[in-house]
Amino acid sequence: MNETWTFNGYEMVVGLEVHVELATRTKLFSASPNRFGDEPNTNIDPVTLGLPGALPVLNRQAVELAMRLGLALDCTVQRSTFARKNYFYPDMPKAYQISQYDEPICVDGWLDLPGSIRVGIERAHLEEDTGKSTHVGGSGGRIHGSDFSLIDFNRAGVPLVEIVSRPDIRTPDQAKAYVGELRAILVAVGASDAKMEEGSMRVDANVSVRLPGAEFGTRCEIKNVNSVRSVGRAIEYEAQRQVGMLEAGEVIRQETRHWDENDGRTHTLRSKEDADDYRYFQEPDLVVVDPDAEWIERVRAGLPMLPAARRARLAEVTGQALDAEAILVVTERGQDAYVLAVANAGGDAGRALVHVKEAFAEQGDAPIVPAADLAGLTRLEVDGKLTATQAKQVLAEFVTNGGGDAETIAAAKGFEAMDTGELESMVDDAIESQPDAWAKFCAGEGKAMGALVGAVMKASKGQADGKAVSALLEQRRAVA
Amino acid sequence: MSDSPSAAELPTSVGDIAWSVRNNITSAADVLERHLATIDEREGDIHAFNLVLADEARARAAEIDDAVTVGRDPGPLAGVPIALKDNLCTQGIPTTCSSKILDGWRPPYDATVVTRLRDAGAIVVGKTNLDEFAMGSSTENSAFGATRNPHDISRVPGGSSGGSAAAVAAGFAAASLGSDTGGSIRQPAALCGVVGVKPTYGAVSRYGLVAFASSLDQIGPFTHDVADAALVLEAISGHDQMDSTSIRQGPLHLSRQLDMGVAGLRVGRITDLPEGASPDVAARLDEAFDALRDAGAEIVDVEVPAFGYGLTAYYLIAPAEASSNLARYDGVRFGHRVEAPDTNAMYMATRTDGFGAEVKRRIMLGTYALSAGYYDAYYGRALRVRRRIAADFAAAYERADVLLTPASPTVAFHLGDKTSDPMSMYLCDTYTIPSNLTGDPALSVPFGTGDDGLPVGVQVLAPALEESRMFRTAAELERRVRK
Repeated sequence: MNETWTFNGYEMVVGLEVHVELATRTKLFSASPNRFGDEPNTNIDPVTLGLPGALPVLNRQAVELAMRLGLALDCTVQRSTFARKNYFYPDMPKAYQISQYDEPICVDGWLDLPGSIRVGIERAHLEEDTGKSTHVGGSGGRIHGSDFSLIDFNRAGVPLVEIVSRPDIRTPDQAKAYVGELRAILVAVGASDAKMEEGSMRVDANVSVRLPGAEFGTRCEIKNVNSVRSVGRAIEYEAQRQVGMLEAGEVIRQETRHWDENDGRTHTLRSKEDADDYRYFQEPDLVVVDPDAEWIERVRAGLPMLPAARRARLAEVTGQALDAEAILVVTERGQDAYVLAVANAGGDAGRALVHVKEAFAEQGDAPIVPAADLAGLTRLEVDGKLTATQAKQVLAEFVTNGGGDAETIAAAKGFEAMDTGELESMVDDAIESQPDAWAKFCAGEGKAMGALVGAVMKASKGQADGKAVSALLEQRRAVA
Repeated sequence: MSDSPSAAELPTSVGDIAWSVRNNITSAADVLERHLATIDEREGDIHAFNLVLADEARARAAEIDDAVTVGRDPGPLAGVPIALKDNLCTQGIPTTCSSKILDGWRPPYDATVVTRLRDAGAIVVGKTNLDEFAMGSSTENSAFGATRNPHDISRVPGGSSGGSAAAVAAGFAAASLGSDTGGSIRQPAALCGVVGVKPTYGAVSRYGLVAFASSLDQIGPFTHDVADAALVLEAISGHDQMDSTSIRQGPLHLSRQLDMGVAGLRVGRITDLPEGASPDVAARLDEAFDALRDAGAEIVDVEVPAFGYGLTAYYLIAPAEASSNLARYDGVRFGHRVEAPDTNAMYMATRTDGFGAEVKRRIMLGTYALSAGYYDAYYGRALRVRRRIAADFAAAYERADVLLTPASPTVAFHLGDKTSDPMSMYLCDTYTIPSNLTGDPALSVPFGTGDDGLPVGVQVLAPALEESRMFRTAAELERRVRK
């Protein structure tokens, strides 16, 4: 994460605006279900459709989830209000979006990335989602030129939080890490399922370039960035495009651009001059949201341990590096607590970490194998009673059967603990029966070791531990 | 119907109707038929209604009478025929706001006030005419034609709730509901000689009231007398979880205090009240102060320096909110649509054809007032004036318990008198607007007559949630004028 990004001497300055759908039971301002994937226009009601006379009523759970994620990002939770953002679009039922504007609920937080990089969080505010339009006919799925449009209002009124970072990001990798870490936090605190592929997490990037130390350049906002990978690609492309323009003596205009995943470019969507005047004003149908200290503290106290802290804990217990792949993967799957449980049950944490990473990819945060069973397996390994190869087979049985007693399974499979003497004699037999290979091995031909190990494996019917065999061969060569 | 009592024997007030229906002395059906007969007789001249619901009302009256027969109490408004301003949503029944743009729309739900009236045993007899989207002071801005004043059909009933005021004045209903954004209940009440109440903002749920200016709109009753207004308001007030601005308290309790009189009450006379009241109206107001003094009230002089800025602030805030509230009428989901080649053209054609001139004027005004670069100078400044007015009233209420002003500067004017000059029409609301800006309650109670023998209304104002003393004062004025 410490690598820098420059292009012809320019650096990129990036801020991200991330929209996430909150995992509430109902919509932000009505009792219709907040559920993805239902039949179109079934989760609707007078408020969702913006029917005359309908009034919004704020969802307390949405406020609380916004507070949770804000506190997880070290934001200050403050007195907040809602405003109307006025614009016409067919999937915007009231022709205004109710959104927090000048008084958002969460302000001034930060998110730490690996490598001591801190990205400031300017604000996180609540707003309602729009409906979803499908434009049929014409070109490119745009409303302009289409034959007709279909609107699904199920999504209209779904609670969103927009998390706005400060322009603290300087490389594509930092941007990707920010999105990944934010996603992990959102999932950890239960605020959102944060699935970019389902649209429950959407990223817009504000990108500008400058010579290091210079003033900020003019920024462009990039929309339609739908995966962590495209976040990196899109801002890299955009920064290079802007540098190219500057070097050609052109002026960058502030505009909104659309990322095209297929051609790997950004395209002008609308310039600043064409931007709507949203005529924001305070929403008169809602009252001030001013969480008191007691409520804020209750929410704070209810926060789970966050991914960074969980990774640190897991790394410590397993003796792995903080940025080891197994630490990242297992924590992201939410299986870190399970690994700790295995350790608590007397198991070997390091071995448990590897097994969980390798064998429990599909098991979610609550693997079906009892922690005590996995602990038993790792103990047999530590005691040298099972080789790594045998352990894998026992583990496969665990996954199939939902656990079991490692010793019993090993016995049933005929895995006998092989003592060192037995293994040593097998190695010596192999050396004796393959003098050519032994000579080559001693001459430093690494490949020759394969034939020797293979002979031992054959003799042991596959039960010997390959690593132990190699180690013995090395020992023998050293004294030969 | 041969054994029905003659019309003269039938009760006419809300209280009397409910009492005699609940006690099986009069049938709801007889009361209803008398009102329907009056509608048949005079509605052609007056045009109070956009829709008369005779069949539905008869069915409902039968239900109520059946309930009484089997010993079930239909509620405190049993059998009371009530008319609803046509900007209150009624499930399955057209709700037009007297606008072409809502053509064909039938709400899938009832406004909270409608539910509460029904639960209290009232019978909805029809939907009444209004200035389109409640924008106006004469009910001439209706897509369906003007309503006329029952006291003189060459004159307006006031507005925007002119149909609801006229319906009660003409005897079409024992009570009606209107909405008041800048005086739309109190001014027509004054012009039609009935009681009209704008409650404290938040005392009555706005759920199902088609919004004009959300921070100012409030639903309230029209009735023949103060006691009736208290009964209706008791039935419709109280917290509603569907309206976030609804005050968290139970229904108002008013009826029991009506006879307490005004002895010791401090009644404020605003010495710097904006001019404009005609001499006949000013004379009635003076007499009202005298009457209250005679009844034991203390008359005190107070100042409300910002009172006169109310009109200006209002005509920025109300159109600003309206421009946003009325944006949803875009032809996409409901109501009127004019087909056009693309979406933007459809929006424009639909809204150009669907809205009347006054509505368009206010949408443009409000859009401008909120625009980038103008917000601070217009909308922002209007909000500061609003706070100033509230502070001035709060100071006045340190010295007075209630305030008295005219409800309307004049008695009912002739149709067409003000339609060509919007400013002259806006001035009708000079005295009523401040209460909407502050959220405080106010009512108009008939107090004698003015030029040409037409009714004059006196406005009683009180601090937020002090409806009780406002009603006591109005009840005293009503007793004095009846003597």
